[in-house]
Amino acid sequence: MNVDLARRKSDPAREGKRFNFRGRSLLLLGGLGVLLCAVVASVFQRQVLEREFLREEGEARYLRDWEIPARRGMILDRNGEPLAVSSPVASVWTDPRKLKDYPEAIGELAEAMRLPVQDLRQRVAERQNKGFIYLKRRIEPDQAEEVARIKDEFKIHELGMETEYKRFYPGGEIFGHIIGFTDVDDKGIEGMELAFNGWLGAEPGLRRVIKDGRQQLVAEVERVRPPRHGKDLELSIDRRLQYLAYRELMRTVREHKAKSASAVVLDVHTGEILAMVNQPAYNPNGDKDGDQSTRRNRAVTDVMEPGSTIKPFVVAAALEQGLVTPTTPIDTSPGTLAVGSNTVKDIHNYGRLDTTSVITKSSNIGVVKMALRMKKETLWNLYDRVGFGKPTGVQFPGEETGRFRHFKRWSDFEYATQAFGYGLSVTSLQLARAYSVLAADGLLKPISLLKVAQAPAGEQVLSAKTAREVRAMMETVVSPKGTAKQAVIEGYSVAGKTGTAKKSAGRGGYAAGRYQAVFAGMAPAKDPRFVLVVMVDEPGAGKYYGGLVAAPAFARIMQGALRLFNVPPDHPEVKMLMASADATP
Amino acid sequence: MVRPLSLAQRLHLDLPLLFALLLAAGYGLLVLYSAIDQDPERLEAQLVRLGLAFTVMVVVAQVPPALWRRLAVPLYLAGVLTLVAVLLVGEIGKGAQRWLDLGVLRFQPSELLKLGVPLLLAWFLALRPLPPGAWRTLGALVLTALPAVLIARQPDLGTALLVGSAGLAVLFLAGLSWRLIAFLGVTAAALAPLLWSQMLDYQKNRVLTLFDPERDPLGTGYHIIQSQIAIGSGGVYGKGWGLGTQSHLEFLPERSTDFIFAVLGEELGLFGVLALLGLYLFIVFRGLYLASQCQDSFGRLLAGGLTLVFFVYLFVNTGMVSGLLPVVGVPLPLVSYGGTSMVTLLAGFGLIMSMYTHPGATGRGGGGRILPRW
Repeated sequence: MNVDLARRKSDPAREGKRFNFRGRSLLLLGGLGVLLCAVVASVFQRQVLEREFLREEGEARYLRDWEIPARRGMILDRNGEPLAVSSPVASVWTDPRKLKDYPEAIGELAEAMRLPVQDLRQRVAERQNKGFIYLKRRIEPDQAEEVARIKDEFKIHELGMETEYKRFYPGGEIFGHIIGFTDVDDKGIEGMELAFNGWLGAEPGLRRVIKDGRQQLVAEVERVRPPRHGKDLELSIDRRLQYLAYRELMRTVREHKAKSASAVVLDVHTGEILAMVNQPAYNPNGDKDGDQSTRRNRAVTDVMEPGSTIKPFVVAAALEQGLVTPTTPIDTSPGTLAVGSNTVKDIHNYGRLDTTSVITKSSNIGVVKMALRMKKETLWNLYDRVGFGKPTGVQFPGEETGRFRHFKRWSDFEYATQAFGYGLSVTSLQLARAYSVLAADGLLKPISLLKVAQAPAGEQVLSAKTAREVRAMMETVVSPKGTAKQAVIEGYSVAGKTGTAKKSAGRGGYAAGRYQAVFAGMAPAKDPRFVLVVMVDEPGAGKYYGGLVAAPAFARIMQGALRLFNVPPDHPEVKMLMASADATP
Repeated sequence: MVRPLSLAQRLHLDLPLLFALLLAAGYGLLVLYSAIDQDPERLEAQLVRLGLAFTVMVVVAQVPPALWRRLAVPLYLAGVLTLVAVLLVGEIGKGAQRWLDLGVLRFQPSELLKLGVPLLLAWFLALRPLPPGAWRTLGALVLTALPAVLIARQPDLGTALLVGSAGLAVLFLAGLSWRLIAFLGVTAAALAPLLWSQMLDYQKNRVLTLFDPERDPLGTGYHIIQSQIAIGSGGVYGKGWGLGTQSHLEFLPERSTDFIFAVLGEELGLFGVLALLGLYLFIVFRGLYLASQCQDSFGRLLAGGLTLVFFVYLFVNTGMVSGLLPVVGVPLPLVSYGGTSMVTLLAGFGLIMSMYTHPGATGRGGGGRILPRW
């Protein structure tokens, strides 16, 4: 057939008949017309049928909602000293697809931002499928200047910085437990930062801008909403007292090789927490990947058995019931007392004591005998009224309320142990609140971590007379006959109570050689201004009595508080000295 | 009846075609000026290139067809040999071996073949009466495929496509029988998978992206998505000259070169697009008309073939930018920023004019002597 074809076509005469050029051209023109129509149809489809969709897509590419950064509120102490502040810093972003064209710039950028060059190179190389990445967030102002210089030098359009705020904590580890910290998105994670996140939190503003394909700002179209800065938060804490308490607590922990410790100072009149410190501590400015347990605000989150520090409340209940007066004799010999099948013991056989000296000597048998003369319900009611087993109202994240079983579930022996502070548990803050009732002549006031404008009225949960009598008894604890001679503060009367609790080791048992040493007290004893609880967990240097371990720290912290707040000395001898000084011409 | 020759006739120019070309080039400049952000330096550079290209066109038109006929083989051979040279010693330019550095100027041999292939094929097929038989068809196909494959290996798919289609266009105009066309079509379809396997990854990607631009929106699909958004957001009337947001905010890539059609679509809308396509259509129509008026086969085939190359140019480019065809690097004729291809293109129109205006120069018949009246 091929041959046949070739023969026919070699005949010139037949050329015109076989085809004509004009016909082919017209055919071709028709074909081309069809193709061109396809192009027109395609353009028509985009410009008419899909127009709205594509226009929106286009706007989505150049119209951007940009955040206007807003500043989170400051956290201040009661005198307006900053404890948490947000300072402006720069975050560096880039288009990794473009940045890879500037290998020298990557090296310089890494140096400027204090990043390993290899890491930065690798990150840029790995993110080639992205159009936007942060190279580093929140760099210091001097580093930001360096980055700006590099951007200019290499003329990299696709490198930019935006303002963000970085949280800084001037108080460091001294306030770490109270303040907590925020995450990279400025959200509170722990402590007051978390508890008051809504109050402190800022809402970034929004502006609609036109941006080009290199992420450069071309123009601002409208301001959608202004930034709302966070509100400042004023704490009840006094920075100076907090420092002092921190220093003394740390010293105590070192001296006694303790595992942990807490101290809480309350203002008796206002219920404000003036200082709250713990050991171990952590620095919220630094690396927070370390031991999580150091972050606990133990004064609020950790419970202990109060031990002997609870005895004043048993005496208070007995006084309220009229069962005893401060001088009612109580026989504690022979130093042991059978309750059911169990035995309650004293350290020594104190023999015949009166109500006051039961507190002075901290006799277990003395308080158990008083308790056994009351109904369980009576003691339970008093414990309940001073706030055991209940939240303190500070709304601190992770607050514990402790173990406080209903009296109907108390066995007889358990009831007896409640009288000397076992079988229930409290936080240091709860204990301080309970002592503030004794300090405030029977008034229970709400506890606050925020500065209080006006002293709250409080609720009378104990008669003022009882409170004064118990305080007078607790003054003897600090006397030469008492268990806490080291709690003495020159020039001031001090009332308080020691506690030395064996640490619970699981269900029902107690660990040998592991103690919690506590001193809870107030000063000046006649008209208390401050309540202070010092708790030292597992002192490991030999001494473990509350009077030996916690009382010295109590004295130093309390002395500092009295001095810082200009509380006049009330000790009779000092008063006399002052009076004679005044009388001297 | 000897009428005095007009100036255009003396200069061997076809006025309607010349005006259409000038109009398209002027319109193109307008669009380009916006696309290059009204940069006077680049505008000047483009003006110089246009001037050069039109000069080349006029010069080429002066050369009589007989001389072109004699130049067909040497030009083709020179083109193919330099192509081979490029593949061996070619300098890497933009990732592909396309340039031959001759010291003073850098020379792209594939451009030469855009003219060389239709020239040679017109010469080859016009040696014998038309239409060509199977063997001569085969010969013509081999002569076309050789440079096309060489160019495709550079790799420069766009130019290979243009060169290949130039050869096929000449063959078609030479009266290739429908049976053979059908046979070639079936063969091409059968060979498609083989061709696919020969394609480079990025080329395959471009084809796949055509069907689903979202499969790689930041990579291969980016061009298509951005250009469709640009065109679509223009609407019927466009956003106005110089006001295209997609083009001027750096979202549209290659906006002054291969994707300038999208700038036109965004700023001047459907009407602007239709105006340009109308001009193009007129140029194609006029080219084919001039071809049909040539009195010998060489002239007809060459003029017709070159017109078709022009059409392939504009169709591949507008089809690509409007999302009809895969992304292939072909500029929009007379509009895109850049020189080499414009010179070649207008030299082609010079050839068309030469074929049409020179009286009887192609030998038999001397058809050009009778000037048509329009």
